[in-house]
Amino acid sequence: MPLIDVAGLERTFVVRRRAGFMRRSKSVVRAVQDLTFSIEAGEMVGYIGPNGAGKSTTIKMLTGILVPTSGELRVAGLEPSRQRTDLARRIGVVFGQRTTLWWDLPLRDSFELLQKIYRVPDQRFRENLDRFVELLDLGDQLDTPVRQLSLGQRMRGDITAALLHDPEILYLDEPTIGLDVVSKGRLREFLRALNAERGTTLLLTTHDLQDIEALCDRVIVIDHGTSVYDGTLAGLHAQGGSTRTLVVDLVDTGPPIDVPGAEVRKVEGPRQWLSFPADASAAPLVAAVASAYDVADLSIQEPDIEDVIRELYSHGA
Amino acid sequence: MADRLWRPVACYGDMVRLWIRAELSYPASFAMLVVGSMMINALDFVAIAIMFSSIDTLGGFGLREIALLYGATGVGIGVADTAIGSVERIGEFVRTGRLDQMLTKPVPLLVQVCSDRFTLRRLGRITQASVVLVWALPIVDWTPTRVLVAVVMLLSSSALFFGLFVLFSCVQFWTTDASEFANAFTYGGNTLTQYPLTVFPREVALALTFVLPIAFVNWYPCLYLLGRSDPNGLPDWLQFCSPLAAAAVITVALLVWRTGVRRYTSTGS
Amino acid sequence: MLHVAVARRAFRRYSTYRAATVAGIFTNSVFGIIYSFAYLALWRQNPDAGGYDAADAVTYVWLGQALLMTVALWGGGTTDDLAERIRNGDVAIDLYRPVGLVGWYLAGDLGRALYHFLTRGLAPTVIGIVLFDISLPPSPTAALGFLLSIPLAVTVSFALRFLVASTAFWLLDATGARILSGALALFFSGMALPLVLFPGWLGTLAEALPFSAMIQVPNDIWLGRHTGLELGSALAFQAGWALALLATCGLVLRLATRKVVVQGG
Repeated sequence: MPLIDVAGLERTFVVRRRAGFMRRSKSVVRAVQDLTFSIEAGEMVGYIGPNGAGKSTTIKMLTGILVPTSGELRVAGLEPSRQRTDLARRIGVVFGQRTTLWWDLPLRDSFELLQKIYRVPDQRFRENLDRFVELLDLGDQLDTPVRQLSLGQRMRGDITAALLHDPEILYLDEPTIGLDVVSKGRLREFLRALNAERGTTLLLTTHDLQDIEALCDRVIVIDHGTSVYDGTLAGLHAQGGSTRTLVVDLVDTGPPIDVPGAEVRKVEGPRQWLSFPADASAAPLVAAVASAYDVADLSIQEPDIEDVIRELYSHGA
Repeated sequence: MADRLWRPVACYGDMVRLWIRAELSYPASFAMLVVGSMMINALDFVAIAIMFSSIDTLGGFGLREIALLYGATGVGIGVADTAIGSVERIGEFVRTGRLDQMLTKPVPLLVQVCSDRFTLRRLGRITQASVVLVWALPIVDWTPTRVLVAVVMLLSSSALFFGLFVLFSCVQFWTTDASEFANAFTYGGNTLTQYPLTVFPREVALALTFVLPIAFVNWYPCLYLLGRSDPNGLPDWLQFCSPLAAAAVITVALLVWRTGVRRYTSTGS
Repeated sequence: MLHVAVARRAFRRYSTYRAATVAGIFTNSVFGIIYSFAYLALWRQNPDAGGYDAADAVTYVWLGQALLMTVALWGGGTTDDLAERIRNGDVAIDLYRPVGLVGWYLAGDLGRALYHFLTRGLAPTVIGIVLFDISLPPSPTAALGFLLSIPLAVTVSFALRFLVASTAFWLLDATGARILSGALALFFSGMALPLVLFPGWLGTLAEALPFSAMIQVPNDIWLGRHTGLELGSALAFQAGWALALLATCGLVLRLATRKVVVQGG
């Protein structure tokens, strides 16, 4: 049986809007509709979609915060909204920018409180803490008040806090938002190690396609409350017809580059932008360009996640 | 079973201890808050004492008798406010998403809400009310039963205010920015019971006995302590009913709380 | 004019919290009822305590409830925004604006006060009139004087709150000072008990302090206890404190600016 099993899930909201003095109009919004997917233990899944697509509504239902309007929902064999407290012991949740740590106290204090709340045996707590502190490089920060930590350090603290009780599933909502490149890289590395060592299932919502590329074999794209794609990232690129961009700086200004498998999108002095299918390898293209032209520099731009989804739409519709 | 009851209390204690540590990490601000809170409360009773420079009795009660009433209700709301004062901020927790975070923790939501941002500053009220109460004690002709009734009164009073705080804060599950509504019943209840019920019309006294039994925080047990019959002619056995009133209010409060949480998880707002 | 625009914006901002307004009116009314009965009992015992009669006393209660939020006795209003902006450093932006900081925040606070006066001031008064025997101003002069005294009361209260918020420049957190000053304001404004009941030197002191300009003075003007020349001097008392305190605000701000400039916030 899958660890997370969602079938025909629906969630509607009644929205009341003020329509003039004392009058109110009522309308029903379908935040999630006919959503079906299942996730096996140990998977790392990216859950992506534009703002307001229903991502956080789904996460709220998966964690038991919100009762579904209809449909089937099982997480770790439990019904989240009915067995919220039991489920809470088996999952870890990190909500993007809202910290659960005690602002004025050292990280260590928050961790020790969580140990008591989740009743983690001393031995296990110490093992976990040592391991996470090592992996996340938090050793020097354990005794620093949270308010003095950088955003990246705080996020790592929050993730540690969500993992001390060995949850089977970790939900991460925009974990790398606002972090610098080094912090992002370190965090991704940690999550990979966590999944490899402990088999923790990961469900991650993000706007950063590189998070997905670094971590997730599988992506679920949601839009208007329903799943519009479920498969590999490469498949998403292929289906969405998304493209990567090769930026070529030539030594001199010249006519548009003409190589097979790519087309020129823009020329600006000696710099040219070539787009090619995202699922194609860049190597032969780079070789072809380098052999035919005098190249000063080359770089590759990954497609933006919003672009990929937009593409998916313009093709699918 | 014992564990199910004990666990939330233990968690509450653990969380409260952390908040106290956090509060004490700003000692200067903390000191000013304590002094400020003591002063607010002290001046509160001074205002009543000043009234007595123009009169000898109010509603048939002298200053010390009123001090007894004042102390009893003050200790009650002080204990409740100290223990669970943050329940007033449910609306804020809903708006900021903090409630969602709490819902993903394996600790009863009420325990988390009540312990959140616990502050020792609120001890100022208990201290001041205790001082007034102690000053009033000599007016009672003490017997063992009266001692017992007095102790039960303070416990019931705290429990009853606990119930009022929870009950009326739940309104915020329906309208998140109406936190002030609860004040009418919690702080309003406290202000009202600082005066003898004889200053209010009989209908008000009856409503405060049988509809919203705030009169039990101090009025009925204090009548017993003072050896007086009810001026409104209600039976004397009501003077022992404070624990029942407290239990009733708490029961209703917990039911409404559950309804409120259910509404939140079913509407998401 | 700029300040009018600021005031109008503040008015509109506060008017969006409808549920809060209704809840507040309800709470003000409950407290009004409680205090009315308590005072009626007091004036039954002593029918001319402090020179008031029972109707004066009950009127005093409801006027107090009406003014409580209007003058933001407990704190609150735009000075809370100021304290927060000092704490997070945004105040530096305000200091570099070409408009005076005090005037800017005062305009906003007057806008807020107008909203609170029209809602949380008028509504409980109507309820008080329905439930109790409230006396109306005895003369058009008294009514006019009352209307004049309210903006003065708000200004005095604003200046005090501004000074309290300014402590954040030095203490970082103004909460402690805010609670302390709230306690003093509650007691010495006449909100907790009419100052006319304060005995001897305590009464003299209380009536001389600026806090009395927030509740006691406007209430006495409504009750017609200041007439003719005395009405003028009551208003002058308020205006005098308002000017003196605003001047202090300007002075404190200059010290604070120097501090911000030197220390970079």
